[in-house]
Amino acid sequence: MTAFIDIDIKKRLGAFELAAKLSLPAHGVLGVFGRSGAGKTTFINALAGTLTPDTGHIRVGGATFFDAATRTNLAIESRGVGYVFQDGRLFPHLDVKQNLRYGQMRASRRQRAQSIGFDTVVDVLGLGALLARRSSNLSGGEKQRVALGRALLTQPRLLLMDEPLASLDAPRKSEVIPYIERLRHDFSIPIVYVTHSVDEVTRLADHLMILVEGKTVVTGDLVSVMSDPLHAPLFGRHEAGTVLDCKLESHDTHFQISTLSFLDGYLRVPAVDLAPGTPVRVRLRSREVALSTRRLDDVSITNQLAGHVAELIERQGPYIDVVVALGHTSIRALITRESCERLGLVPGTPVWALIKAVALDRRSVAA
Amino acid sequence: MLLSHAEWGVVWLSLEVAFLATVSSLPVAIAVAWLLGRTQFVGKSWIDALIHAPLVLPPVAVGYVLLLLFGTQGTIGRWLFTHFGIRFVFTTKGAVLAAAVMAFPLMVRGIRLSLDTVDRGLELAARTLGASATDVFWTVCLPLMLPGILSGSIVGFARALGEFGATITFASNIEGETRTLPLAIYTAVEGVGGNTIALRLVIVSMALALGALMVSGWLENRMRSFLGYGRTR
Repeated sequence: MTAFIDIDIKKRLGAFELAAKLSLPAHGVLGVFGRSGAGKTTFINALAGTLTPDTGHIRVGGATFFDAATRTNLAIESRGVGYVFQDGRLFPHLDVKQNLRYGQMRASRRQRAQSIGFDTVVDVLGLGALLARRSSNLSGGEKQRVALGRALLTQPRLLLMDEPLASLDAPRKSEVIPYIERLRHDFSIPIVYVTHSVDEVTRLADHLMILVEGKTVVTGDLVSVMSDPLHAPLFGRHEAGTVLDCKLESHDTHFQISTLSFLDGYLRVPAVDLAPGTPVRVRLRSREVALSTRRLDDVSITNQLAGHVAELIERQGPYIDVVVALGHTSIRALITRESCERLGLVPGTPVWALIKAVALDRRSVAA
Repeated sequence: MLLSHAEWGVVWLSLEVAFLATVSSLPVAIAVAWLLGRTQFVGKSWIDALIHAPLVLPPVAVGYVLLLLFGTQGTIGRWLFTHFGIRFVFTTKGAVLAAAVMAFPLMVRGIRLSLDTVDRGLELAARTLGASATDVFWTVCLPLMLPGILSGSIVGFARALGEFGATITFASNIEGETRTLPLAIYTAVEGVGGNTIALRLVIVSMALALGALMVSGWLENRMRSFLGYGRTR
């Protein structure tokens, strides 16, 4: 199978060197994850063409964007790549409608198939009431929605997003995220989504590429990359955890609790506004999983999953990452070495993994 | 205020010269501002210095250089005269050329300042939306530069209205052809009993210059708010 995105580039910028390598199929969202300064923006700019790599190649959907060997460097405007910037970059001299039309007009001049209609985009992104407004009169969240629509209307073969939520405060973020989720479902355009937020990656990405100091350290399917204990240090002690593929089973309207099923059992979480049957992804932060050697009945913790200790991984400081095998899947619990010794945990010990339903809020559950 | 027929002629000629000087040098000034602000090339600092020379040289010196180049015996002047019959010396064209050269650096500076405030990120965004570099210039860069282009033009216009040294040296002081307001004031002061004429013309000059600046300030404000500058929410 030939990859939709095939990238192998190097770019030196002063003391920094980007060395990114990637090959991906033609669907879904690629999360590009890394700390600030890891080269995420450099990487996405090379894809867009606003930055020229020193060596290597970039091929997308059969088109060669860049190839140092044949001295190919396709112009930015000819790449057919939509780009949503962190700061929106709406044109201040045009109103919202003219901003949206700017890319669409040029796409039709280039005779790109108009598969994404103006009205559809306005509808999906809820832009109807904004069309006559000036970009200077929009809130941060509204600006990003317009920027999303403007990029979509260029009929792109690939959509790039560079931390589109980073400049927004928390309420604005949760206002925009559902739109990006809808976009992912409603339009079949592959998306490259750059972020330093584990939450956003979990909610939006299907594949993951992690950059550390300019180097691609791992690429792969999101669930397996994030759940691999080897990669835990890349996410940091606060965010590291396991991702489980689940299915929404039922809602309890009285208690406002939703039940999710996965291969080894059920998880009860605060109500999720999705239809039963919807596949969802749940991220269990290791630091929010507790362990017990027996089932606890006189405790408030709702989710108690039976398994056995598969592996103990020493982490920096007083911590131990305990891999608990549940059957088909495994999750991890970050506990102190002290607790580990008190419970006498060794590989093979039967344990119960305890997860508060409250910890599995909307930030941890992704459709 | 009552001006004589001849004095009205001077006012109209001044406006004509200043207007033509501004309009003819504006496209060049925009192009040069863009080249200096958005591109890198060998000898850029020399071009920059050359363009700004009229700002720091004595205007008479500039007029003399123009005479050397565009005079009937000058290299370019002779060629233009033999092939196209165009003559600068002693003609309104000469006054326009002198005013244009003197106003040019001020226009370039004003336009370039506004170009510097145009976010290059917007230009890159336009490229990702399918616009070629030329397209971006016309649809993003130029509209956002408009306030600067306008104020640069008005300042250039005011400078051209006041141009004296280069004009009198290059195009000479000929009534109806090159005698603009400053030259007419000079002639009146030099002549016998011309003080009241001079005073009247000085007042007209002041009114024109201040009027131009006020119109420019008002237009620029309107344009900036139209372009969405300086408003946040």
